[in-house]
Amino acid sequence: MNKFTEDDLKKELETKEYEYGFYTDIESETFPVGLNEDIVRAISKKKEEPEWMTEWRLEAFRIWSEMEEPDWANVNYPKPDFQNISYYSAPNKKPKYDSLDEVDPELLDTFKKLGISLDEQKKLAGVAVDVVMDSVSVTTTFKKTLAEKGIIFCSISEAIKEHPELVKKYIGSVVPQKDNFYAALNSAVFSDGSFCYIPKGVRCPMELSTYFRINQAGTGQFERTLVVADEDSYVSYLEGCTAPMRDENQLHAAVVELIALDDAEIKYSTVQNWFPGNKDGKGGVFNFVTKRGLCEKNAKISWTQVETGSAVTWKYPSCILKGDHSVGEFYSIAVTNNFQQADTGTKMIHLGKNTKSTIISKGISAGKSQNSYRGLVQINGRAENARNFSQCDSLLMGNECGAHTFPYIEAKNKTAKIEHEATTSKIGEDQIFYCNQRGIDTEKAIALIVNGFSKEVLNKLPMEFAVEAQKLLEISLEGSVG
Amino acid sequence: MELKDKLISSFFAFEEQIDVNSEVHNIRSEAMKNFEVSGFPSRKDEDWKYTSLKSILKEDYSIFPKKEDAIEYKDVKKYFIHDIDAYTIVFIDGIYSSHLSQTTHDKIDACLMSSALTKDKYKPVIEKYFNKIAPKTSLNSLNTAFSREGAFINIPKNTVADKPIQILNFSTGNESALMLQPRNLVVVGENAHVQIIERHQSLTDNAVLTNAVTEIYADKRAMVDYYKIQNDHANASLIDNTYVEQQGESNCSVHTFSFGGKLTRNNLQFFQKGEHIDSTMKGVTIIEDKQHVDHNTLVHHIEPNCESHQDYKGIYDDRSVGVFNGKVLVEKEAQKTNAFQSNNNILVSDKATINSKPQLEIFADDVACSHGCTIGQLDEDAMFYLKSRGIPAKEARALLMYAFANNVLSSVKIPELQKRVNKLIANKLNVSLGFDL
Repeated sequence: MNKFTEDDLKKELETKEYEYGFYTDIESETFPVGLNEDIVRAISKKKEEPEWMTEWRLEAFRIWSEMEEPDWANVNYPKPDFQNISYYSAPNKKPKYDSLDEVDPELLDTFKKLGISLDEQKKLAGVAVDVVMDSVSVTTTFKKTLAEKGIIFCSISEAIKEHPELVKKYIGSVVPQKDNFYAALNSAVFSDGSFCYIPKGVRCPMELSTYFRINQAGTGQFERTLVVADEDSYVSYLEGCTAPMRDENQLHAAVVELIALDDAEIKYSTVQNWFPGNKDGKGGVFNFVTKRGLCEKNAKISWTQVETGSAVTWKYPSCILKGDHSVGEFYSIAVTNNFQQADTGTKMIHLGKNTKSTIISKGISAGKSQNSYRGLVQINGRAENARNFSQCDSLLMGNECGAHTFPYIEAKNKTAKIEHEATTSKIGEDQIFYCNQRGIDTEKAIALIVNGFSKEVLNKLPMEFAVEAQKLLEISLEGSVG
Repeated sequence: MELKDKLISSFFAFEEQIDVNSEVHNIRSEAMKNFEVSGFPSRKDEDWKYTSLKSILKEDYSIFPKKEDAIEYKDVKKYFIHDIDAYTIVFIDGIYSSHLSQTTHDKIDACLMSSALTKDKYKPVIEKYFNKIAPKTSLNSLNTAFSREGAFINIPKNTVADKPIQILNFSTGNESALMLQPRNLVVVGENAHVQIIERHQSLTDNAVLTNAVTEIYADKRAMVDYYKIQNDHANASLIDNTYVEQQGESNCSVHTFSFGGKLTRNNLQFFQKGEHIDSTMKGVTIIEDKQHVDHNTLVHHIEPNCESHQDYKGIYDDRSVGVFNGKVLVEKEAQKTNAFQSNNNILVSDKATINSKPQLEIFADDVACSHGCTIGQLDEDAMFYLKSRGIPAKEARALLMYAFANNVLSSVKIPELQKRVNKLIANKLNVSLGFDL
């Protein structure tokens, strides 16, 4: 019998190239490289933004120019030259489409290759997709169905024009411009993103979804997402990313703000599969993302993420549990392979009474990658009866990769109950032997075990996404873990 | 004058006073240069994120205390663990007190750093081990620059120390504020065994800052048990730096009992330089008022097939602050490592704070590493159970706290010391349980 050894797996894994590496030739309108106040003004003007927005961007730019790039994360990469990036790139032919037929066939082709057939999703999954291609929203589906319920789901630039009062009230309220280096940069130059508002008492009837991809060479992607769930409402939001193959590193600095008012619930799921670089560690996307949610009384925010891509990831979806009885959840799978580096985790800030948070983080490192969990659980003095449970498990495949955990636990209230546990191990030889013995070959066995390892998190994904997430896990670790 | 400047300017005067061989002189000057550059750590350093030295550095510490002979045995008797026969090395204001000490050169050396640094007999040992294990951090460098006195313990190959060794550091309060920098070196040869108990104690309320460095070298199959008792006055601060280098199949443990002091920082690091090594670090912290205890540990797994165990328990009352920063570092070569780390905390008051940061950094795949950290309260049901059986609330609480700390207490290998620590805890909790635990 042809034996498939672990070495074979590794070889196959190394030679596995990025499956989604293609480049769509659509004429793009790209700004000259570099960043200064004029560029910020130009972006704002291009997007026909009102005066207050321009000012807001400029303020962010001024803050940013005085900040230094952080280097505390456990990642190494050549620092991007921020003056050598084009901060705006929009697909050129830019009419608003009412139906898919009108969309540039080449663009549709791209989506087909990505496996996100809009028609199919419309029919089968009932998902409204707000497609962001190189930063400008091209098509929004199911808008009408949503509009009947009073739900606003549109691109952020549209929202700035049409719902300025909402945007003005909430933008920067959770992630202020001065929050961190990348958030400031994003606030100054964000080109587009999604905006979502669920009115009082409305349960959003379908999963809202956005697909992002970086297409134009040498452009940064700075999206801004703002989700506001008004009192007693519910929304499940999906975000997925794939990017075509590029040799130079591409920068991605997004900001996501979630606001869950009293009794509201937001479920935010991400599948991130930006180009991780080839097997020599060349190329790949830098993913520096600030994601944060604010929970008012009795509200709940749940972050679920599957991170398989990007050369460097720097991402900490957080929950500020401000209201009493609010709940924060974080479920994450981070897979790193070859030369990928991921420093990811969460922050749970307990401010209100009887707040609860759960953190489940699964890290899988293979090849020469480094995978870190960095998390903060903070119980403030007034957060009576706060409860936290954290679990961080790491799986190592091969001895050239690394797994790290940096949990920060800060408790200032005696009624706090915090549990944290972490384990690091490899796939047990006896587990594989057990499967082999029952006629399951090693590759399948590893797939089975990794699936079991990640199951707690995969289970949290919406159905449509779970399938895709599993596919992504396969792609990133195919050959070695199924 | 800032303490840093004062230390720098005193250094030259200090160098002139002492007479040691030129290599040590070089090590000192090198260390001083290092300290001049780096200075005291601040909260900007990741390792000092939760502990600020600011408040203790502003005192005007005297660096060269006068010799003090007035201390009689009866004054300090209670700090000795007198039910056990032990070798004793006593320092008063950093100066060796011969009439209180009982040192030995019979089979083993339990004597003074000052003689080890000056006598030719010890030159090879000093050359080989002195300042070789401790990393060159700014505080270690400061200690190295001023290293003159401390305990020197040398257990030759195949020797079992017949009695435990006590190291006692007293400060008299003759100076209004005093800075001490004891430097200890423990060298344990192949197959040798030793047990050491260390204590810092000030006899008045005057401010004391101790920046101690202890280097421990355990050769193959050596067994070292080191116990630290930290139960000082409210104005005494201690920065304790202990570094252990272990060779193959050796077994070392360090127990730290922190019940007192204004600010206590324990830097404890193990370096495993052989296979089949076992390293244990355990601690119990029970503090109140505005006390601050910070445990910063590192186990560096360099070779395969080793184990490490960390178990730290803490009970925090009033406005006290507890910090635990434990790090397990497993190198690529260190396959089959078993590393366990556990940190359990109880907050008794609303004003108390715990900052815990249990870290794992792992570069090898065939390992079993885990850490656990909990923060919670005493079990209400257990309290009710005890109270319903006629045990008053205070005693019931104390019983539960004993039970909480028991894992650490029961691994103390000197029974008399175990009793002593139990008594200290009983005093601390202000209870008398009427029976030995």
